[in-house]
Amino acid sequence: MSNKLKIISLSLLAILLVLAFLFIDLGSNWDYVLPRRGKKIFAIVLTGAVIAFSTVIFQTVTNNRILTPSIIGLDSLYLLIQTFLIFVLGSTSLTVMNKNVNFMISVLLMVIFAGVLYRLLFKREGNNIYFLLLVGIIFGTFFGSISTFLQVLIDPNEFQIVQDRMFASFNNVNTDVLMIATGTVILATIYSFQFLKYLDVLALGKEQAINLGVDYDYIVKRLLVVIAILVSVSTALVGPITFLGLLVANVAYQFLKTYKHSLLITGSILISIVALVGGQLIVERVFTFSTTLSVIVNFVGGLYFIFLLLKESKSW
Amino acid sequence: MVEVRNISKKYGNKMVVEDVSLKITKGKITSFIGPNGAGKSTLLSIVSRLIARETGEVLIDGQEIGKWKSNDLAKKISILKQSNHINLRLTVKELVSFGRFPYSQGRLTKEDKKHIEEAIDYMELTEMQDKFLDQLSGGQKQRAYIAMVIAQNTEYILLDEPLNNLDMKHSVQIMKVLRRLCDELGKTVVIVLHDINFASSYSDYIVALKDGKVVKEGSTESIINSPTLKEVYGMDIQIEEFNCKKVCIFYS
Repeated sequence: MSNKLKIISLSLLAILLVLAFLFIDLGSNWDYVLPRRGKKIFAIVLTGAVIAFSTVIFQTVTNNRILTPSIIGLDSLYLLIQTFLIFVLGSTSLTVMNKNVNFMISVLLMVIFAGVLYRLLFKREGNNIYFLLLVGIIFGTFFGSISTFLQVLIDPNEFQIVQDRMFASFNNVNTDVLMIATGTVILATIYSFQFLKYLDVLALGKEQAINLGVDYDYIVKRLLVVIAILVSVSTALVGPITFLGLLVANVAYQFLKTYKHSLLITGSILISIVALVGGQLIVERVFTFSTTLSVIVNFVGGLYFIFLLLKESKSW
Repeated sequence: MVEVRNISKKYGNKMVVEDVSLKITKGKITSFIGPNGAGKSTLLSIVSRLIARETGEVLIDGQEIGKWKSNDLAKKISILKQSNHINLRLTVKELVSFGRFPYSQGRLTKEDKKHIEEAIDYMELTEMQDKFLDQLSGGQKQRAYIAMVIAQNTEYILLDEPLNNLDMKHSVQIMKVLRRLCDELGKTVVIVLHDINFASSYSDYIVALKDGKVVKEGSTESIINSPTLKEVYGMDIQIEEFNCKKVCIFYS
């Protein structure tokens, strides 16, 4: 099967699942059900695409296929922000406070954090990208520990609300937030288009990329900023779900068996949409909401991750 | 012309390259020789902008490398490092095609394809051009990388120990190709070598380095002699003339 055919069949599968999601069990209240489902499916597709896109770029930039952008600590920062808000303002604030505000605060803090992290690390010459990742891991652990500490202190009822935030969920996506998120994602993606042609060469490694005339530091910095923005938006929109990226990016590598990023990015976005929409269908129709999508994603993703590690230890 | 002026580089507190100034002659093969840790590879990496220098300047055709546009520089000078770990599964042809990136930014034109074919042909890789790199032997792989550099079609070609891990047959083959690149296509080749006999037999100029400094530079004739080599390597090396070539015998 040629890669073109693979992409076409993936697209068809994605469209089919989206249609199934929209029209299964529609009932007679079309004008109520369809917009609700439409909003949900749009959020799912947007998140899926963003996660896949940012993970593929991140893995190419870091030259490592078992990393996700969450390694720079954005997920943990999101949880810390949520825990902190509930800790200080109480869980009622979440229902009282405009959802836009929460979204904006989360995105802003995450982008600022990533910006400061990059600034500090790229200011000194000679610091490489792995150093950035290491510092990111340390910050991630640090944020995680503070969150746990705060979670231990708060009222158990409030903790349940926090816990709810710890897993990505598409069950209550706010329309206003969705519009801001879409706008931001579109802007960031358009900005990143000019750098996409360098991805194939970046995959060869830093030295080869420089040899072939890529302005390495300049481009990598900008790609990392785009990744930070995209991940922040998707995390603030539905919760931490970057693990999905690892899954779909690697499935895309194996499925398409190419180094061309034009294909890899399209493929992984489609696979991501298929996985999310399919998963959500299963959550709603099979488990009837008794579990959330991210539990399934983390379960399947975890199994796949172990498989990857085992395979990686043998040469391939 | 490549000109290096007062280059220095430290790793931590250790000076690896100290106040080196050089001029590399156009259209000739220049070899860097010297013991391990002499700073040969570091110097080559600095000249090719892979690593930053502390002081000094590198001029390529009269212009400082920092002032060149990265993409234009990639059409002028290319570097091949001694270890090339590529995570991707590429065929020979795909690898060689990457050499055209500075010209086409990934969209291969007819002319690019011509260059790719010629480069593959030049390195005698035509039969295995659709094989994956991980199916090739060390020598074939090295030839594929050199083909990529040829496809890049730069005036200056820098190679960091291209003979590493190759047997005599493949080493000679690669040195002959470099010689041809220089004589037929007028390229300027700069190469780091460990085996001084290869340096003696195939290069026009030699730069001898030790402890980050240039001990001596000049034509091959003027470097390959017992006193100079003793100064560089700290051992007695006997020089014999054989078929008009100087051969160093260092097995004592």
